[in-house]
Amino acid sequence: MFARLGVAIWKEMVSYLQDPTTRRFLIGAPIVQTVAFAFAATLDVQNLDVAVLDQDNGRWSHELVARVDGAWFTDDIITARDSRELGELITARNAVVALRLAPDFSRRIDAGEPATVQVLVDGRRANSGQIATSYLATVVGEMGVELAARSSTAPVGGQPLLEERHWFNPNLDYQWFMVASLSAVLGMMMCLVVTSLSIAREREMGTFDQLLVSPISATEIIIAKTMPGMMAGYVVSLIITLLAVFAFGAPYTGHLLIFPFALALFVFSVVGVGLLISSLCNTQQQAIMGAFFSSIPFVLTSGFATPVENMPEWLQLVAELNPLKHYLVVVQGSFFKSHSLADVVANIWPLLPLALGSLTIASIEVRSKLG
Amino acid sequence: MNSAVEIRGVRKDFGTVEALKGIDADIPAGRLTGLVGPDGAGKTTLMRMMAALMHPSQGELRVAGHDVTREAETIHRLTGYMPQRFGLYEDLSVQENLNLYADLQGLPRGETAQQFQRLLAFTGLAPFTRRLAGQLSGGMKQKLGLACALMAHPRVLLLDEPSVGVDPVSRQELWRMVQELADEGMSVLWATAYLDEAERCDQVLLLDEGEIRYAGAPQALTERIAGRSVLVSNLQVDRREFLADALDQPSVRDGVIQGGAVRLVLAETEVSPELSALVAGAGGQLEPAQGRFEDAFIDLLEGGTLGHSAIADRMEPVAAERDIMVSCHALTKRFGDFTATDQVSFEVRRGEVLGLLGPNGAGKSTTFKMLCGLLKPSAGRAEVVGLDLRHSGSAAKMQLGYMAQKFSLYDLMTVRQNLEFFSGIYGLRGTQRRERIDEMVEIFHLAPYLEAFPDSLPLGFKQRLALACALMHRPRVLFLDEPTSGVDPITRREFWTHITGLVRKGVTVLVTTHFMEEAEYCDRVVLVNRSQVIALDTPDGLKASVAGPDCPDPSMEDAFIRLVLAQQEQAA
Repeated sequence: MFARLGVAIWKEMVSYLQDPTTRRFLIGAPIVQTVAFAFAATLDVQNLDVAVLDQDNGRWSHELVARVDGAWFTDDIITARDSRELGELITARNAVVALRLAPDFSRRIDAGEPATVQVLVDGRRANSGQIATSYLATVVGEMGVELAARSSTAPVGGQPLLEERHWFNPNLDYQWFMVASLSAVLGMMMCLVVTSLSIAREREMGTFDQLLVSPISATEIIIAKTMPGMMAGYVVSLIITLLAVFAFGAPYTGHLLIFPFALALFVFSVVGVGLLISSLCNTQQQAIMGAFFSSIPFVLTSGFATPVENMPEWLQLVAELNPLKHYLVVVQGSFFKSHSLADVVANIWPLLPLALGSLTIASIEVRSKLG
Repeated sequence: MNSAVEIRGVRKDFGTVEALKGIDADIPAGRLTGLVGPDGAGKTTLMRMMAALMHPSQGELRVAGHDVTREAETIHRLTGYMPQRFGLYEDLSVQENLNLYADLQGLPRGETAQQFQRLLAFTGLAPFTRRLAGQLSGGMKQKLGLACALMAHPRVLLLDEPSVGVDPVSRQELWRMVQELADEGMSVLWATAYLDEAERCDQVLLLDEGEIRYAGAPQALTERIAGRSVLVSNLQVDRREFLADALDQPSVRDGVIQGGAVRLVLAETEVSPELSALVAGAGGQLEPAQGRFEDAFIDLLEGGTLGHSAIADRMEPVAAERDIMVSCHALTKRFGDFTATDQVSFEVRRGEVLGLLGPNGAGKSTTFKMLCGLLKPSAGRAEVVGLDLRHSGSAAKMQLGYMAQKFSLYDLMTVRQNLEFFSGIYGLRGTQRRERIDEMVEIFHLAPYLEAFPDSLPLGFKQRLALACALMHRPRVLFLDEPTSGVDPITRREFWTHITGLVRKGVTVLVTTHFMEEAEYCDRVVLVNRSQVIALDTPDGLKASVAGPDCPDPSMEDAFIRLVLAQQEQAA
C-alpha cells in the first residue's frame, strides 16, 4: 500500500515539476507579484518637507518640532499659520505629512495627561505618507519614552501620542499588513489553481479511467494529488513571507517555530478545497472557473479587505468555513501582535477539520462514480 | 478545366521534418478521390494546404484554378473543408450552428432559408434542428459538420477522415451523401484510414512518408495482386495459431482473421509448398479469394507483420482455474429517465475474444464501463474473474489490463516514467519491475524514445507504449476500448498480432470497436442497439443470419447494418 502510494506521489510531483511552464510559474509568479509591489511602493523616503501648525507654542511643542527638524529624514519644516494654510500645504503637495500641535499640548504633558499630536497624511501619496508617518511615530515615541523615564511619578498617560488622520484615503491600510496578507492570498490562489486542475486534467486526457481501473484506491489517488498543490502553495506563501520580512522590513514578532506548521496546515486545507472542486469538474476549463469563483468569496470574507466583525452574523458563521479567514488572523497576529504559540494554535485548529472534511468529500466523490 | 487540384512539386517542411517531399498529382474535377496512407504520411498537411490554411514550403498548389498562396481568400470561398474534429459549437443547437456558418461564410441573406432546408433534408437532420450539437451522436455530428462545410456551395470539398469513430450505419449514410455530391459534379477529396472506403472511390491518392506511392483507380492497384489472395477455411486447429505460423512464412505477405477462417495475401500467385503443407497439416481448405484494396495497400507499403508476438511468447500461459472470466447478468444503467443499458447479460470464457459492437449511442461504452468497474450499475451484476470490481478492490484489479482509444498515457511524463509509473501502481518492485520494463522496451523497440514525451511519438509507438503499460503486470483479462480507432491498417495489424498472441496464452479479451475487420478477429460478437443486446453469435453466425437471396455472401458490415435496421424497424 505504501509503496503504491509512493509511486503515485512520485508521479504527481514528476508530472508537475517536469513541465517548464509550471516551474516558471511556481517560482516566477510570487517574485513578479511581489516585485511589482515593491516598485509600486517607494520604500526609501528621504528629504521630507514637514508642515507644522504649532498652536501651542509651548515648551514641549518646541521640543517636538526641534526633534522632527533634526531627524535624518527631514529636509525642511514649513510653518503654517492656521489650519487652512496647513491643509493647503498638503493639497498643493508642498508636504506629504503635516503635524498639528493642539493649544493644550504642553499643558497636558505637564499635567500628566495624554497629549496628542495630529498627523495629516497625503493619501494620494499613500506609500511615502505611510512611511513618513512611521518615521514620525518613532520620533514622537522616543520623546515619550524619555519623558516617562525622567519623571517616574508622572502617569503613563502623560506621553504624547500620535493621532493619524488620512486625507483623500481615509481607510489606508498598512503596507506591511498588505504584503503579509498577500502571502496568504496569493499562496491560496496558486494552490487552488494547481489542485483544482489535477483531477479535471486527468479526466480530460482520459488517464483518470486508466488510474481507476488500476489497483490504486480513491484515497491513495487523493492523497497523492494533494502533493503538488501543497508544494505550490507553500513555496509561494513562503517566498512572499520572506520578502515581506527581508525586502519590506515588516516586523515578525510572533512565535517563530510554529509558523511553518501553521502555513502547512493552511495550505493543506486549501488543497482540500481545490481537490473538492476538481473532483466535481469534468474539464480543466470548469476547474479553473471553479477555482476562480471560490477564491473571490474566500478573499472577501477573510477580513483581508473588510473586517470580519463588520459582516452580518450569518456571514460571519459562513466565514468560519473559510481557511483564509483563520490563517489571516495567524499571519497578522504573528507579524504585528506578537502572537504566542497558544494564540496561533487557538486560531489555526479549525483548519484541520476543514481540510480533512473537504478531502473526505473529494475522495467520496471520486469513488461514488464507481459505486 | 478538368483538374480540381493541381499539385506541382509541393514540399512542406516543419523545422527539420519533411512532411511532404515534393509531390506531383492531379485531383480530377467532379469526382470522388480518396486520400489514403499510414498515419503521419502527410495527409492532413496536404489537405490543410489545399484549404489555404498553410503555405507550401516549395512548389505550386492550385485549387479550382487558383493559387493557394496568392489567392487564399478565393480558395476559402471555393472550398469546403471539414477537419478531423469539425469546429461545431456544442452549446449551440443544430440550427444555430447552421446560422453561424452561413454568416461566417457570407451566404447572402436571401439564400439562407432555402439552403438550410436543402442541407437539412440532405443530411436527415431536419427533425433535430433544436437539439444541441453536443448532444448529437458521433455520426450526426459528422453530418452536421458536413452540412456546415457545404454551406457556401463549395466547388471543392475537402474531408479529413470524416468517418473516424462513426458506426457502420452512419458511415454508410455519410458515404452515400458524399457520393451523391460527387455525382452532382462536386470535386470531393476524402481522406480515410478505412481502405474499404478508398476502394469505392473513383480515384485514390496513396501517400506514404510524404511521397505519393500510387495515384489512379483503386481497382488498378488491386489488379496488381490479382490471384494472390486466398482464404483458408475449415481449420481443424486454432485459427490464431495457424495465422501466426502462416505469417512467419516468407511466401505470405499479409494475413488477417476473418471469422472462423484466415485470409492470406501471398507473395506470389503460386502457393508455396511450405504453405500447402501448413494448410494440409491444419486440415484446412485453401481457396482463392477476391483481392481487396487493403491487400494491395499492405503489399505496396510492405506492411505485413510477423505472426508471433514477442510479448505473448514470453508470457506464462494463464492458469485454467476457472472458465468464465467476465460475466454480466441483467446489467442495467439508467441516467434519469434514459436507460443506457437495459438488462444486458453475457459471459466471456477464458482465452476468448469478445467484441462489443453497436451504433454510436447504443449503450456499448456504458456497458463496457460497468464491466471494468468505471461506472456503477443501476441494477444487475458485472463480474471479472468472479469478483465485483467495485467492491473487491486491488486484488481483482490486478487481474485486468485496460487500454482506451486515446491511449491514456501521461503526456507530462517521459516514456520511461510512464513505464515506471504503471509498473509501480500495479505493485511491481525492485528487480522484477526493472526486468519487466526492460522487457517491454526491448519487445516494443522503445529504447530510442525513452526520454521523449508520449505526445512526440509516432502513433504506432504511442500504441505500443500504451499496450506495454497495460501488459507489464501480466493481466489475465484485457479491456480494449476502440483500441485502433483512427489507426492505419499497418499499425492495426501489429496490434492484433500481439492480441491474438496473448489470447493463445489464455488471456481473455473484451473489445469495443467500429471496425468490422476487427470484429472478424473476435470469437463472438455482442451486438448492442438501443440499450439492448440484439445479437450474440460468432462473426460467421452473424453473417449467416442475414444471408438471403438479395445478399448471398454478406460481409460483417452488411450483418451489422441489417441487424441494427431490422431492430429499428421492429421497434417502429
